[in-house]
Amino acid sequence: MADKIFRVNMTDLSTSIEDVPADWAGHGGRGLTSNIVAAEVPPSCHPLGPNNKLIFAPGLLSGTAASNSGRISAGAKSPLTGTIKESNSGGTSAQRLAKIGCKALIIEGQPKDDSWYSLLLTPEGVTISKEEELVGKGNFAVVETVEKRFSDKIGILSIGQGGEMLMTAANISVKDPDSHVRSLGRGGLGAVMGSKKIKFIALDAQDGKVAIADMDAFRAANKIFTKALVDHPVSQALGTYGSNVLVNIINEAGGLPTKNFSAGQFEGHEQISGETMHDIIVERGGKPTHGCHAGCVIKCSQIYNDLKGNYKTSGMEYESIWAMGADCTVDNLDQIAEMDHIMDDIGIDTIETAVAFGVAMEGGVLEFGDSEEMIRILTEEIAKGTALGRVIGNGAGSVGRTYGVTRVPVVKNQAIPAYDPRAIKGIGITYATSTQGADHTMGYTIATEILGVGGTADPLSKEGMVELSRGLQIATAAIDSTGMCLFIAFAALDDGTCLPALIDMLNARFGINLTAEDVTNLGMSILKTEHAFNTAAGFTNLDDRLPEFFATEPVAPHNAVWDFSGEEIDTFWNF
Amino acid sequence: MQVQVKLFAFFRENRFIKEDRELPNGTTAGQVVDELDIDREEVGVLMLNSRHCKFDTVLQEGDIYAIFPVIGGG
Ligand code: SF4
Repeated sequence: MADKIFRVNMTDLSTSIEDVPADWAGHGGRGLTSNIVAAEVPPSCHPLGPNNKLIFAPGLLSGTAASNSGRISAGAKSPLTGTIKESNSGGTSAQRLAKIGCKALIIEGQPKDDSWYSLLLTPEGVTISKEEELVGKGNFAVVETVEKRFSDKIGILSIGQGGEMLMTAANISVKDPDSHVRSLGRGGLGAVMGSKKIKFIALDAQDGKVAIADMDAFRAANKIFTKALVDHPVSQALGTYGSNVLVNIINEAGGLPTKNFSAGQFEGHEQISGETMHDIIVERGGKPTHGCHAGCVIKCSQIYNDLKGNYKTSGMEYESIWAMGADCTVDNLDQIAEMDHIMDDIGIDTIETAVAFGVAMEGGVLEFGDSEEMIRILTEEIAKGTALGRVIGNGAGSVGRTYGVTRVPVVKNQAIPAYDPRAIKGIGITYATSTQGADHTMGYTIATEILGVGGTADPLSKEGMVELSRGLQIATAAIDSTGMCLFIAFAALDDGTCLPALIDMLNARFGINLTAEDVTNLGMSILKTEHAFNTAAGFTNLDDRLPEFFATEPVAPHNAVWDFSGEEIDTFWNF
Repeated sequence: MQVQVKLFAFFRENRFIKEDRELPNGTTAGQVVDELDIDREEVGVLMLNSRHCKFDTVLQEGDIYAIFPVIGGG
């Protein structure tokens, strides 16, 4: 069966299944969500109004046996940034959607009354039902209840209280193979889902399978691809320590934003490091190595248990740990794990929310390092939607404006993640020029600047950084379309067999003849489509700038400032 | 001369996290790696006083020298 577009209109509660227009046929994941947003969402619409659309798309290879191909993309106009947004995540939903035969799910309109709804997708189509029981509940209760209603095989996309209350830090949770959750984290897409009054989407693939045009060629290419991933030493380190292995090296390089970006090194770095986390996990009988979806061979995720050896949280990323840790000067991993768990349940982005806490600490709302008070605010204020809870739940920019703080680390109102752009300059170009606000994953220059993967570049020099960021942003847009986890990029940058094998898999899946150049062109066209949407929404080159304090406040230990001129940044778009 | 040597990730196994070491003048970054019985092939990043350095960089009194295996994340 050919893949179809599933469309749901929440204004009149109608659904339809449509053929895929020729223009979208070659797209998947981010390329598809961004093209649909560009084609169907008026750039000037209110992100939480009836004219915005929420789109889910599995990657081009999702649902196949291709290693690490189970990433799902969600797209819309972002209520946090006002730009186009694509957020992607692991979990089981991409594979379920692909097996349902759904190339994209488009949710449009808005109910006129106050009722909440759920969606059920099967290969036959979409059913819309009223939902009462789960309204006001967190994501873990949703997953537990929905599995009981259907089966534990069901895929689930859901929002917690954050999304229901339309907070711009709200994310969309994606059930993982162990019935825990991963997150479509950034840009407030949970609020868009909440504005459509959808509490959860259940995905029942039944016995659906993904068609492959040339199975022998596909298997052969997947074998080469998998070997490249497994053999790369970065993959091995990720499996052991998770992405949190970065705390110590970014700290050593002087680029670990500390105490709301007022320093570049954190005294408590060792206590929150990947090495310490690994030892704690092993000691308490957790799992240091864990995949966010079946088919991942890198397995950067982990199961973190509490002091008594009971499950506490999973899938803690470096950026989350940094945000709650160094940025708020909390040096206790158990407290961080507790907060991670609470934020997963409420359904709010760990980066946006924790950076918002850092700004709130600067503004005197609470003391730096006071993790007990952070936990209280999460459960008593944010989850319950008090005034303070909403100020923080609307992100770092919201807190800065409310409390008159000038050191507010955001670009296009989205919180800057775990790498200081004064000490690691290439990543600053990515933050400034990304079509989606500050986001390290859009063009991960850290690989080259700090980790020495894919070449080397001096992180304190401006030399070549615009080109580095541009090349990576183009490649990333393409990778985000395939359903591949971005962590394949380390092998792709170093091992010459990796990318050709990936392209061979795409060709074998669809019976086509893509070349490496086609893939680069795909990446460029996605960036240009996203950029054009933002321009039509009112953004200009003057929005591609970092906050002023980066230019005026030197950061220790290198006493570096952000010294790119506007003209230099603007050359990014010369392609 | 005294140099503080710091190890990370699995380089710590059966070695140390941080140690002040007495080294002859002129010791290079690579020589310390060899002396610690770390395979140069496994080394990803070397940093001297928070700046990247190479195997042939000569260490100085009071330096802080960090040795990382090939690691990544994001
Ligand atoms: S490497 Fe990590 S993020 Fe990527 S697919 Fe595996 S577990 Fe998920």
